[in-house]
Amino acid sequence: MTQQIPKEKFNIVGGNHAATDQLAAKSVSFWKEVWLRFGHNKLAIVGIIILIIVAIMAIFVPIFSPYTYSQQLGVYNGPPSAKNWFGTDDLGRDVFTRVWYGARISLFIGITAAVIDLIIGVLWGSVSGLVGGRVDDIMMRIADVLTAVPYLLVVIILLVVLKPGLVPIIIALSITGWVNMARIVRGEVLSIKNQEYVLAARTLGASTAHIISKHLIPNALGAILVTMTLTIPSAIFTEAFLSFLGLGVPQPMASWGTMASDGNNAIDTAPWRLIFPAVLISITIFAFNAVGDGLRDALDPKLRK
Amino acid sequence: MAEKILEVKNLKQHFGSIKAVDGISFDVYEGETLGLVGESGCGKSTTGRSIIRLYDITDGEITFQGKNIHGKKSKKELKQFNKEMQMIFQDPYASLNPRMTAGEIIAEGFDIHGMYKNKKERKEKIGTLLESVGLNREHANRYAHEFSGGQRQRIGIARALSLDPSFIIADEPISALDVSIQAQVVNLLRQLQKERGLTYLFIAHDLSMVKYISDRIAVMRRGKIVELGTAEDIYNYPVHPYTKSLLSAIPLPDPISEATRTRIPYEHEEVGDDAKSHEVFPGHFVFGTDAQVKEWYTH
Repeated sequence: MTQQIPKEKFNIVGGNHAATDQLAAKSVSFWKEVWLRFGHNKLAIVGIIILIIVAIMAIFVPIFSPYTYSQQLGVYNGPPSAKNWFGTDDLGRDVFTRVWYGARISLFIGITAAVIDLIIGVLWGSVSGLVGGRVDDIMMRIADVLTAVPYLLVVIILLVVLKPGLVPIIIALSITGWVNMARIVRGEVLSIKNQEYVLAARTLGASTAHIISKHLIPNALGAILVTMTLTIPSAIFTEAFLSFLGLGVPQPMASWGTMASDGNNAIDTAPWRLIFPAVLISITIFAFNAVGDGLRDALDPKLRK
Repeated sequence: MAEKILEVKNLKQHFGSIKAVDGISFDVYEGETLGLVGESGCGKSTTGRSIIRLYDITDGEITFQGKNIHGKKSKKELKQFNKEMQMIFQDPYASLNPRMTAGEIIAEGFDIHGMYKNKKERKEKIGTLLESVGLNREHANRYAHEFSGGQRQRIGIARALSLDPSFIIADEPISALDVSIQAQVVNLLRQLQKERGLTYLFIAHDLSMVKYISDRIAVMRRGKIVELGTAEDIYNYPVHPYTKSLLSAIPLPDPISEATRTRIPYEHEEVGDDAKSHEVFPGHFVFGTDAQVKEWYTH
């Protein structure tokens, strides 16, 4: 019972097979797309602007300031004024200059610790994930042991042994900090190394070095970047916290932590000594976290709820 | 008959206690397409990956172009092997690196093997390969996510062709694609086979597509090849009950015969160590015990 449809009912309108194969959208590389998505995140943009301002101030204020960070002006615990914008401390030093000098130290500690975490963590994690088997077991158990020991205990013992200073703080922060990065990189490597494009590269005869540089690192870069931007604020915070306990950089050097710790003693007489470094610690950490979250969302929009 | 390009003898691939591939033997002749079919998890993909050295085999012997290809090899031997045998992967979304352009993906092979003199030659090679799989030269600078599934699979095919191999393992190259695109890709594979004299090991679970492309078919089940023969023989004169059951499951694009089609259920019978491959016709092998094969054959 098939029904015949007369031919006249059809009208050939033509078609263009070549045109359907064309790609309509403009070519956008992965990182460009990430940047576009990142740009739509207002909080992350605010974070970036704050970080740029803090960085510029940290670089230039100590250079152009009429005072040095250790110069004693003879005005003790002076309130904020036209001459000393953020006031002076108990030794008569300009708080404005010291806050931005401290920004240098705090940022330096944060970034250096993050870079060391990055190097050790990426190497440890990628070797562990790639080689697998017993090597992976041993490497990850070492990392487990490091995280199992209370972090603060390790840091305090280290600082007591090494005497407080810039280098010991960085060592103390890095000695356990890389574990997190190593875990994340290992996870990424484990999932990427069994992807079909890695298998395809192997059938093409790719060496391990080629697979690491062309496939593993470019694909793990997003996760590494996010982890790194979130490591910096935690390092800054830990530094501030250790300084508050009296384990920070020695006088007359200033970091936000030591300044807040000193200022805490004069909270009722000269509150500006505590407020300014404390506010800077908070907004810098906030800015790094906002940027890190923004990056994570931009890299993997599916993660967003 | 043409010459053997690949000989697999008693290949075993065990992962711990799991016997993914449990002693299979078959030959592939130059210029033909051998279809390898079976249900999910029967060891088809493992077989393909073992042959191309992605896994170290547990036991057996694989001879390719007259040489044993497993075990320790020098770098030079391995590179030669890579040039001769390539693979097309199942998932066109997972088989292309999302951080690379189509051009970079296709050029990966000759980047590794240093098969060009200058940038111009490299670009020319990429362009030629793109065109040979039905894409445009301009597509070279696009990223994988900008292509459709069918286009991505074409890029995967171009990558496999980049080293000018003689043998290609196609690991379910069409099962992740729309039916209309499947036909395009299969026709492309056939056309390339004609132009370049390629030999295929075509792994699939879609019997009708396998019939269309294959000269001979091997049916796999639980890590064993239960039946092997020409495509005609397998379809018209199946012997093993598993093959019969599989064939009875193919839907027909005809409502009248579809209404009367009945599936033949398959009941697995455990076979002991005395089961072996029997040649029931010349070139048509069935796996089972003597008594079983006799019974199936007389049915």
